[in-house]
Amino acid sequence: MSGVHSSPDVRVLGRDPHLDVLESEGVHIFREVAGEFERPVILFSGGKDSMVMLHLALKAFRPAPLPFGLLHVDTGHNFPEVLSFRDRVVKQHGVRLHVASVQEFIDRGELRERPDGTRNPLQTQPLLAAIETARYDAVFGGGRRDEEKARAKERVFSLRDQFGGWDPRRQRPELWQLYNGRHAPGEHVRVFPLSNWTELDVWQYIAREGIELPRIYFAHEREVFRRSGMWLTAGEWGGPKEGEPTEVRLVRYRTVGDMSCTGAVDSAATTLDAVIAEIAASRLTERGATRADDRLSEAAMEDRKRDGYF
Amino acid sequence: MSTTIAAEQLPATTLLRFATAGSVDDGKSTLVGRLLHDSKSVLADQLEAVERVSKSRGQQAPDLALLTDGLRAEREQGITIDVAYRYFATPKRRFILADTPGHVQYTRNMVTGASTAELTVILVDARNGVVEQTRRHAAIAALLRVPHVVLAVNKMDLVGYEEAVFAAIAEEFTEYASALGCREITAIPISALVGDNVVEPHAHMDWYDGPTVLEHLETVPVSDGLTDCQARFPVQYVIRAQTSEHPDYRGCAGQIATGTFRVGEAVTLLPSGRTTKIMGIDRLGEAVDVACAPQSVTLLLEDDIDVSRGDLIVPTADAPALTQDIEATVCHVADTSLTVGQRVLLKHATRVVKAIVREIPSRLTLEDLSDHLSPRLLRANDIGRVHVRTAEPLPIDAYADSPRTGSFLLIDPADGTTLTAGMAGTAFTAPAAQTVQGDEGWGF
Repeated sequence: MSGVHSSPDVRVLGRDPHLDVLESEGVHIFREVAGEFERPVILFSGGKDSMVMLHLALKAFRPAPLPFGLLHVDTGHNFPEVLSFRDRVVKQHGVRLHVASVQEFIDRGELRERPDGTRNPLQTQPLLAAIETARYDAVFGGGRRDEEKARAKERVFSLRDQFGGWDPRRQRPELWQLYNGRHAPGEHVRVFPLSNWTELDVWQYIAREGIELPRIYFAHEREVFRRSGMWLTAGEWGGPKEGEPTEVRLVRYRTVGDMSCTGAVDSAATTLDAVIAEIAASRLTERGATRADDRLSEAAMEDRKRDGYF
Repeated sequence: MSTTIAAEQLPATTLLRFATAGSVDDGKSTLVGRLLHDSKSVLADQLEAVERVSKSRGQQAPDLALLTDGLRAEREQGITIDVAYRYFATPKRRFILADTPGHVQYTRNMVTGASTAELTVILVDARNGVVEQTRRHAAIAALLRVPHVVLAVNKMDLVGYEEAVFAAIAEEFTEYASALGCREITAIPISALVGDNVVEPHAHMDWYDGPTVLEHLETVPVSDGLTDCQARFPVQYVIRAQTSEHPDYRGCAGQIATGTFRVGEAVTLLPSGRTTKIMGIDRLGEAVDVACAPQSVTLLLEDDIDVSRGDLIVPTADAPALTQDIEATVCHVADTSLTVGQRVLLKHATRVVKAIVREIPSRLTLEDLSDHLSPRLLRANDIGRVHVRTAEPLPIDAYADSPRTGSFLLIDPADGTTLTAGMAGTAFTAPAAQTVQGDEGWGF
């Protein structure tokens, strides 16, 4: 991957022992899954966490090609810049990409648009259908335990039932580095190789390894409007409504998700160094700053996980 | 970290994994909340949420214990699901805290948290001193061989910041934990509620000149034990590639469990016993001459010998014996019990073999370290001795020598449930205190 956004300073900083430990742990997890499962797949959106996962996976098996493919659940409201970035990365590394489309489910009448226009909760059904059809038995996700309190108790190997559901009481204690991936036919295991990473670790690793990212992670001018205290992108997905004036602001994204519920933050950080400095000093969590879907209730994430969400 | 930090000013940092043990009554949640809060690791939106909930419950000040509040499922069902992992950082170090809550399932949770911890913080209430629970926590730290133990004597404000109170508790605990084999014990007088000696030192205890809890967490040596152990490399996956650059690449991918490997070293593959030499070490794309735990690497072997997932690569000069009979101390973690004669799968490093539980000679009561002989079965949260016979020979180390190749899981072959976590070899450095004949009562 090209190092377009990295600088010599950050590379020196990146020799941090903690990044080496996290990298070795992530690689270990990828190799365990390759050794024990038949049909693994990596959930891949082109966002920073999935780019780090892809980078770790490529490192884990080099010089051999990646022994599994990628799966993207496209809400139909994804940022166009991110989709073209995704396609370029897939081509560059010669990996397989399977796209599960929320739009196709809506067009076939199997899913209905929500009144608030957000499609994030609609991703669960296409995701589970893709897992069932392709008979994936291990699904890598970029979830981190520092993101949200329902994730703080998540296992590295998270068992899902035949309906993709997460039952906290069926989760297995994980001791030492001994992961237990056994599951019944029809069940699958979600695997989180970045469990122990924080947002700052992810950014420092991106800087150290020269991992390329979509440009929307860096400050740029964008036409946005205010909703629920967040800057949302104006676009065909349905925003803004009447009474939501748009304006052009200098912003960047801390997370990359569905346009309808992923907010931009005011930022002048155009380089990786500037982004890392901004995150180190931030007084808001990544999800708190940018995700409308987590504000629905105190247990919003927990409820979505139980239903089979990422 | 409240002020802006330029990226180039962030210093090189190490990572410390630690665990906390203690109940709500000891002020554990308050201590954890205090560590997160005073190290500026609680962000504004999280603090707002805590303030909102505290207010709705009629509390005056924000309840820092809420920062470690559990899932709704736990609150509704009155269960404690298990270990929660928390992350915070100071300019010196990153921390991964395994927060092991409460009373229910405490042993299973503590054992899980301690299995990856390099340090454990055990809390006691200064008014009560060393109690049964403290001894249980010390026993688990000793059993899991956690390298560093911190005794946080909490609520010093409620005993008038008396040095004598602290000194008596510290002495009693240190004596007990040392006898069990805890190698390094640091006692710190604190008040989590007001914040004394958690992050900031406090004037009321000028008789104490040791570190605060956070200072100690920041300076304790990390990963010091792993590289000194004998070298062990469980093969996870065999990488094969035929590219123009690598016409016939075959490498053994894995994470070095313990010790150091060097190019040119004579090694033995177990269980086959075949010997060869390390021709090259590939550290995730970079050729190196030496690699050590816990690095993930790929070993290239000299001869084209048969190797597959589950093999263990060890120095020929320092190979463990193979055995089909494993004696171990175990913690039973499943809700269904473990019985004599039960057929199980045993996962050791990267290998899974069939096994049978031949004997359960004793169950250990952690509070007083008494052995209850022939308990017939082990229930959830029991610690006991187990003899297991495996279908194939395994190169298993004593847990004391090499935690990652001395530990194993017993798995239910029917549904894949993790039943039991095992540590091969003797339990404690010191022999257990007493033996109780028969098995009267379960001790809970």
